[in-house]
Amino acid sequence: MSGTRIQIDGRTVYVGNGSGHPDTDAESVVFVHGAGMDHTVWAFPARYFARQGLRVAAVDLPGHGRSEGPPFDRIDDMAAWLGEVLDALAMPAAAVVGHSMGSLVAYRFAASTTEGCRALALLGTSAPMPVTDPLMNAARDNHHAAIDMANTWSHSTGTLGANANPGVWMLAVGERLLERSAPGVFHADLTACNTFDANATDASIRCPTLVIVGSDDMMTPAKAGLDVAQSLPDAHLVRLEGCGHAMLSERPNEVLDALIGVVHT
Amino acid sequence: MADDEHRSPRSTGFDTLALHAGQRPDAATGARATPIYQSASFVFPDSDFAVGLFNIERAGHVYSRLSNPTNAVLEERISALEHGVAAIAVASGQAAMHLAVSTICSAGDHIVASRSLYGGTHNLLQYTLPRFGIETTFVDPRSPAAFGAAIRDNTRLVFGEILGNPGLEVLDVPAVAEVAHDADLPLLVDSTFATPYLCRPIDLGADLVFHSATKFLSGHGIVIGGLVIDGGTFDWEASGKFPTLTEPYEGFHDLVFAEEFGPQAFIVRARREGLRDFGACMSPTTAFHVLQGLETLPIRMDKHVANTREVVAFLEAHEAVESVSYPELPSHPDHDLSARLLPRGAGAVFSFDIKGGRDAGRTFIENLSIFSHLANVGDAKSLVIHPASTTHHRMDADALAAAGIGEGLVRLSIGLEDPRDLIGDLSRALRRAARATR
Repeated sequence: MSGTRIQIDGRTVYVGNGSGHPDTDAESVVFVHGAGMDHTVWAFPARYFARQGLRVAAVDLPGHGRSEGPPFDRIDDMAAWLGEVLDALAMPAAAVVGHSMGSLVAYRFAASTTEGCRALALLGTSAPMPVTDPLMNAARDNHHAAIDMANTWSHSTGTLGANANPGVWMLAVGERLLERSAPGVFHADLTACNTFDANATDASIRCPTLVIVGSDDMMTPAKAGLDVAQSLPDAHLVRLEGCGHAMLSERPNEVLDALIGVVHT
Repeated sequence: MADDEHRSPRSTGFDTLALHAGQRPDAATGARATPIYQSASFVFPDSDFAVGLFNIERAGHVYSRLSNPTNAVLEERISALEHGVAAIAVASGQAAMHLAVSTICSAGDHIVASRSLYGGTHNLLQYTLPRFGIETTFVDPRSPAAFGAAIRDNTRLVFGEILGNPGLEVLDVPAVAEVAHDADLPLLVDSTFATPYLCRPIDLGADLVFHSATKFLSGHGIVIGGLVIDGGTFDWEASGKFPTLTEPYEGFHDLVFAEEFGPQAFIVRARREGLRDFGACMSPTTAFHVLQGLETLPIRMDKHVANTREVVAFLEAHEAVESVSYPELPSHPDHDLSARLLPRGAGAVFSFDIKGGRDAGRTFIENLSIFSHLANVGDAKSLVIHPASTTHHRMDADALAAAGIGEGLVRLSIGLEDPRDLIGDLSRALRRAARATR
């Protein structure tokens, strides 16, 4: 079943629904992708929760996937936009799940609302989320080296494979997704990560929170995720041994198992 | 900032991928080699997990027609070697071609294909697919413009072999890909003769690749198998011509593959429809054998090419030989293109015309002792065949000529033997052929 297209500020926003047919009063789960990605990274969990009867919103951030640009270059803007999307979709009290840059959007959104977020899941997270100069510079110049850096560092050193998803070479999947980004989008995303102010609002997050870290994450080290979990009042940490930053590709089943607990909170 | 000031991290080398991609030591037993999971089905941890596997919510295996752990290693490894997002292992090269076509073409659609094709592929396109409403126009593989001119409103696929069979026309993949993409169509390449060690069509612009794994990939003439690789490069939605990928599929609960799986849309549909319904899966034992071949692919291909160059040089200088067709020769029309697209070598299959025509050819073949006369290529052992009487026997003289095949043309597949022994074998047979037809 096709996803939904809505208008926010006069621009088309695509929202994937995991092929669900939920009741309008069903609980909601929202997925926010990372830098340079789109909603397709959530295919497995989106389809799972849709089958469970939840209303699923796997958004394409502005300028990503099927959503019109331009992209934002501030996490605060993305979080405010997410609030508008959920209002438009009439999805109150959603479980909000974000990966990498999307985890910062989810984090900020959760901090901005008392009732709009009933549960939070932060995957491959770090606050702050600094980006190296070589990656920033290559992204600024729309150079393929930016894609190569991000893609290589997003996968564990075990990237020679043995993917649980039959036949899939996840390095190329990540590369193709980044290649689909329009010029400037990846740089805007990295700028948003790099300038994220971690000190602004974290104390106001009260909802149950899941933090998933990969022990071999080179983009957002496990220690950084642990720090995020320890800064929150009701956080549960899941550590995936041997897993890199691209945990949705590397450990799809373990990630889903962890999400089930918090999304059904 | 200047272009050369940005540096990509070094990626894993081809030789390492050929040995390791897709596999880690078996977690349960520590087995270093890929185990053969000779099991039709796989136990579900619980009912919800089972539904999740069927509904593409979970990663794992259900039934070996759809996927199998041994096959998955092979699929992931060939994806890595071809720089694709994913692959599917199937029962034969023919099954691979059929799976690629049937995933995106339906009755009423049209294909533009090179006219220099493996006989089995020609049969499928010329005679069998029309029965299912899919027609093909065959064009000169050396003319990208001819591919473009043959494209119609209902064309859905452009297809060619990286090295034409048996004429060894080199497909100008970048140019033909541009023609296809200008028409919002994908380019499918049969890269059997090159293998990813000699050429990676996806990096040159192709969108889909398939192999007969029977040939160089397995490399020892012991299995029949095929592989389809999705580059993940083609934008099916932007094209607007591929409803199987962009419109709800009733056969899978109205799933829209391109929307939910993005760059994996083609391969997910191919597995969830093509393997499910047509069922041409690969045996896990076959996958194991192909994996053993892949592990030594780089060194085998180097040896295949080195031997071929020696044999080609010998034949070209031989008085009983009319002509030799090998893309690395300056006399070959695609010499420059071959050097550009196949810098490591133009493969180990080539053809030559023997003086004396059909009778000389028959005498020659019957007097070889190391070369085996059979219908295959890409074995570790050297092979020989006479296309007009075997692989292309259904084609009449005019069709043979159109495909660049003379009645006296002999095709060789050069193996891994000592090249001095191969040349000695050829020399004796040529001498006897010349004597018999004098």
